[in-house]
Amino acid sequence: MSAATRVYVSGDAAARALGADAVAKGIADRAAAAGRAVQIVRTGSRGLVWAEPLVEVETGGERIAYGPVTARDLDALFAARLLDGGAHAARLGRIESHPWFARQERLTFAFSGYADPLDYDAWRAAGGLAGVENALGMAPAAIVKAVSDSGLRGRGGAAFPTGRKWQTVLDQPAGEKFIVCNADEGDSGTFSDRMLMEGDPFTLLAGMAIAGLAVGATQGYIYLRVEYPHARRVLENAILTARARGLLGERVLGTARRFDIELRLGAGAYICGEETSLLESLEGRRAEIRFRPPLPAIKGLWGQPTVVNNVITLASVPVILARGAAYYRDFGAGDSRGTLPLQLAGNVRRGGLVEKAFGLSLRELIEDFGGGTLSGRPVQAVQIGGPLGAYVTAAQLDTPLTYEGLAGIGAMLGHGGVVVFDDTADMLDMARFAMEFCAHESCGKCTPCRVGSTRATELLARLCAGRATRAELTLLEQLCDTMISGSLCGLGGMAPFPVRSILRGFPDAVARRLA
Amino acid sequence: MSAPASTTASADPIDAAIAEHRRRRGPLLPLLHAVQDRVGCISDEAVARIADALNLSRAEVHGVVSFYDHFRRTPGGRHRVGLCRAEACQAVGARALEAEATRQLGVGIGGTTPDGAFTLQGLYCLGNCAAGPSLMIDEELYGRVDGARLAELLAQWRSRP
Repeated sequence: MSAATRVYVSGDAAARALGADAVAKGIADRAAAAGRAVQIVRTGSRGLVWAEPLVEVETGGERIAYGPVTARDLDALFAARLLDGGAHAARLGRIESHPWFARQERLTFAFSGYADPLDYDAWRAAGGLAGVENALGMAPAAIVKAVSDSGLRGRGGAAFPTGRKWQTVLDQPAGEKFIVCNADEGDSGTFSDRMLMEGDPFTLLAGMAIAGLAVGATQGYIYLRVEYPHARRVLENAILTARARGLLGERVLGTARRFDIELRLGAGAYICGEETSLLESLEGRRAEIRFRPPLPAIKGLWGQPTVVNNVITLASVPVILARGAAYYRDFGAGDSRGTLPLQLAGNVRRGGLVEKAFGLSLRELIEDFGGGTLSGRPVQAVQIGGPLGAYVTAAQLDTPLTYEGLAGIGAMLGHGGVVVFDDTADMLDMARFAMEFCAHESCGKCTPCRVGSTRATELLARLCAGRATRAELTLLEQLCDTMISGSLCGLGGMAPFPVRSILRGFPDAVARRLA
Repeated sequence: MSAPASTTASADPIDAAIAEHRRRRGPLLPLLHAVQDRVGCISDEAVARIADALNLSRAEVHGVVSFYDHFRRTPGGRHRVGLCRAEACQAVGARALEAEATRQLGVGIGGTTPDGAFTLQGLYCLGNCAAGPSLMIDEELYGRVDGARLAELLAQWRSRP
């Protein structure tokens, strides 16, 4: 009797949202009816969201991909001998050879999408543990130095050098310290944290353990947004498995070092992505931001020195410890080192996760990877870095996606989300929405943000309705200045960025709408 | 670990949640989640009992509950329909979908249908930004949703308990 044919079906939330569960069941049912033994493995996503639900069939020693596959396509696919890699319009061939994937450099997402994300042995066999194993043999200062030398900067949005943050925590007197993983990925257009947590949770746990070894923390928390129930289930299981297998617990990999992790859920507040709000929320309060100083690295969770890093930042640490700082640093250039997982979203034909060394231009991302807009209409604007990020115009598409390149045009990379809009989008209404969102999510602690965002929303609503005067536009500009210089955190301090970028980038639209 | 709570304590879901979480560090959010997951909302009575158990004032507990969009003080429909209203979904028709959802359900954002089946909610990003417009019903995510697909989904979910 021949061995069962292995069939990989993405189990990522994005794939399931497009019907992957029905596809997996449909394949199992048809194979059973045909008397063919199959083993269905639910994996994380390879990041080709445009090809989800993605199915890979192991045949002749290769994994042959098909996508997008819906349950309705299965009869035709079985007729085309899907289980033997047969020809069909949806056949993509080997993912590693497909141009969309082959042009990427997967470091942080090296393991995501290959195996069952909760298969610890598969993760370990692929080299997942190497970073932690190396870190256990190093002095704390040496671990911090490796992270510093790698050039890794916070991938959550603020781009603060990770090594410097860790050094500050390491420099605090020994005592209770914490590692907090910011998994409150609230920026529109971003899903890399979710994809990583669902596709390769052990790498995140390993990154947190390395951070704990580096700074002398024995307890970690993952603060996960409640909008990610699928990621929650994966993480809950991954933490239990990691404890059972000795990656977490009283004796990390059998050594005398302790590190454990607890998962905590947010409750639908965007502001919790700001690190001091997140700490307030973890402690059980309204998530109002804290004054700085003191920095969380000095007085963080429950007043103790705390590393707060985003999911992708922490998940990038294991490869640095496994392959060395130089290996990671040599991807990218200048002040933008390593790889960046970009998320291509919105009105785009082939959206998904593109991890590549820094330096790709916006045009290459949107045209070469994305294939242009989903609607087939011209690109009008691209918002980069979430709801507080600037909108760039079609004339600025040759800008390189680096920290320096985007700063040069008054934009920012943020968490790497790239949202494409075609020429039907009402840009002035997007400006109004940006302020409305700030007003909705403001924690209320400081006046420039709390009151400023509401007044600015009113002015922008008048502009959209064709009732605003030139004088009111000046007032809006002044209000933006006040918010930028007077707000306590990035929410009020940056909400004017998308608004200003639209007022400046689309002057004709503004002029047409003035009263 | 502590011994299991007594039969009377565990019979009441709020008491059970309190017993389970009160000794954790930073217990309030996990406790509020537990209460809402088991009872459907965080009632005045729950606020009072949680405040008492954690040595907080009712105002403090209410302040936290009302800060977070996910928590609710009164029961909603059997299922929560959360529409993504963020930019990436707007770029592919989220506003039209929202108009369609309010039309099909006959309620606005925040409203509950008269049959008690659905509460409609606006959310900001479900992390499905390359395959929008997106919505979530309870904990199930759906992508590339148009009016026809929405009607199908509502019909499926309306009959579920």
